[in-house]
Amino acid sequence: MGQIKLNQVSKSFGDVQVIPPLDLTIEDGEFTVFVGPSGCGKSTLLRLIAGLEDITDGHIEIDGTDATNVPPAKRGLAMVFQSYALYPHMSVRKNIAFPMKMAGLPADEQNRRIEAAAKALNLTDYLDRRPGQLSGGQRQRVAIGRAIVREPSAFLFDEPLSNLDAALRVGMRLEISELHKRLATTMIYVTHDQVEAMTMADKIVVLRAGFIEQVGSPLELYHRPCNEFVAGFIGSPKMNLIKGAEADKRGAPTIGIRPEHIDVSTSAGDWQGKVGVAEHLGSDTFLHVHGVDGCDPMTVRVDGELPVKHGDTIFLTPQAEKLHRFDAQGLRIE
Amino acid sequence: MARAVTQQRKIANTALAWGIGFLIFFPILWTILTSFKTEAQAIADPPIFLGFDWTLANYEAVLERSNYGRFLWNSIVIAGGSTILGILIAVPAAWSMAFVPGKRTKDILLWMLSTKMLPAVGVLYPIYLLCIQFGVLDSKIALVIILMLINLPIIVWMLYTYFREIPGEILEAARMDGASLREEVLYVLTPMAIPGIASTLLLNFILAWNEAFWTLNLTAAKAAPLTAFIASYSSPEGLFYAKLSAASTMAIAPILILGWFSQKQLVSGLTFGAVK
Repeated sequence: MGQIKLNQVSKSFGDVQVIPPLDLTIEDGEFTVFVGPSGCGKSTLLRLIAGLEDITDGHIEIDGTDATNVPPAKRGLAMVFQSYALYPHMSVRKNIAFPMKMAGLPADEQNRRIEAAAKALNLTDYLDRRPGQLSGGQRQRVAIGRAIVREPSAFLFDEPLSNLDAALRVGMRLEISELHKRLATTMIYVTHDQVEAMTMADKIVVLRAGFIEQVGSPLELYHRPCNEFVAGFIGSPKMNLIKGAEADKRGAPTIGIRPEHIDVSTSAGDWQGKVGVAEHLGSDTFLHVHGVDGCDPMTVRVDGELPVKHGDTIFLTPQAEKLHRFDAQGLRIE
Repeated sequence: MARAVTQQRKIANTALAWGIGFLIFFPILWTILTSFKTEAQAIADPPIFLGFDWTLANYEAVLERSNYGRFLWNSIVIAGGSTILGILIAVPAAWSMAFVPGKRTKDILLWMLSTKMLPAVGVLYPIYLLCIQFGVLDSKIALVIILMLINLPIIVWMLYTYFREIPGEILEAARMDGASLREEVLYVLTPMAIPGIASTLLLNFILAWNEAFWTLNLTAAKAAPLTAFIASYSSPEGLFYAKLSAASTMAIAPILILGWFSQKQLVSGLTFGAVK
């Protein structure tokens, strides 16, 4: 079990309110990602759930019982930190054993779980090393191992991959997703990287300045962002937001169109522009097109084989059914 | 690219460092040498560096006249007691300042340090009177407490700097892993801070050992440590240099040996924070 419920939870540091009162329910077994720009309060929210920060007001329920004043050690949650936070003076084996030692598990049970975790995380050969003798990816796996042996009711991840290099990050992303499929335990994952959010989450919570902007599945957020902020934050490259005459023509103060939903032609189209930078990724090319009224530059995603280069004049036509429309407050118009 | 250092430069720097080191060490060396001279040779003009008649007579005379063992024991009790008491008080203080700082933590740290700037003689009267009042004049317990209080700011500061270097996330991880506060301090914080605690212990022991103002003013016979032992050999007329040197050598020998074997710890302790 691992349902986590926040009721009107708020947090202030002195006079500064970083989390205004919010409600959120995370269902048992769900992989929930908190995503938002830095300083949006996502890590603070995670630390409130962990119990590492005291909440200013409201209630936290874990599995139906009020955990608001329960110390972190007693909440039955495990956390993986950005800095891994391994105990440098202990071997990998002792690091993984530590939570079980604190829980007073018998030694043979401890060993059984350590062996199982080490096998699952490819750490068997490193059990007698110190954290200082491991690479970043291995350290992160030790931190995950330390979390899973406790068999917690939920895992909390605080930007666990941001200290790893890009290649390793993709690999670890998969490993964590597979871990979730295997354990089917509730996971809450904090990141500022919307790609991680999109690829891993069952449910994404988009935060800005402590407020929840939208909660939904990755594809819901992609297809139906509830406001301009979510529209711009989810999806890579970012959605193009167009204001002015071109937007008015389509019946809204602001319209949005994703780079992959624009048709390109060399002869005719709704908008005309000049190619600035063309980023060739091989499979795709991202064009930064200048000269479109109300959105400069406009990002367009085209096939990698399309022969375009800097300075070419091209014509763009947004796919009408993929247009997003927003009102003057930035809220979605259906 | 590393900065190029020529061979001559290196030699000059090494020579300069050795020269300064020798200059600092010279008074101690001279004291040790003088302790092996006769009284006449000790005040000879021009001074004799090595070509004198080596004698142990001064040591014999000093040992005959004073009970060195008792002074030594008093020094060990006073320095050791004040150090251990200080650490016991300073570890929780430094823990709270480093890991759960309040609005005034910085102010408290500075205020504590500022007490070190007060001339000790300014509070001699009140403390002397308090000692009389409590009947602890010339007692080891009074000196243990007073020296502990005097060095406490330094102990707290040193431990605070050490603890600050320990990432808070590691302690939070311990909390998430189910450790109570006691287990967190016992299994995680202390093992990680052992080098820091050890060098703090050493430095404070040396400071307490060398402390002369309070030990001289608040003791007479019973609780007198080695500082009083040296003082009893200095006479206003400046006579008996050789015996004074012998007494001084005997007083500093234990701490010199301790310092020699723990110099690595001490240096890392004193430069901690500056190199990281």
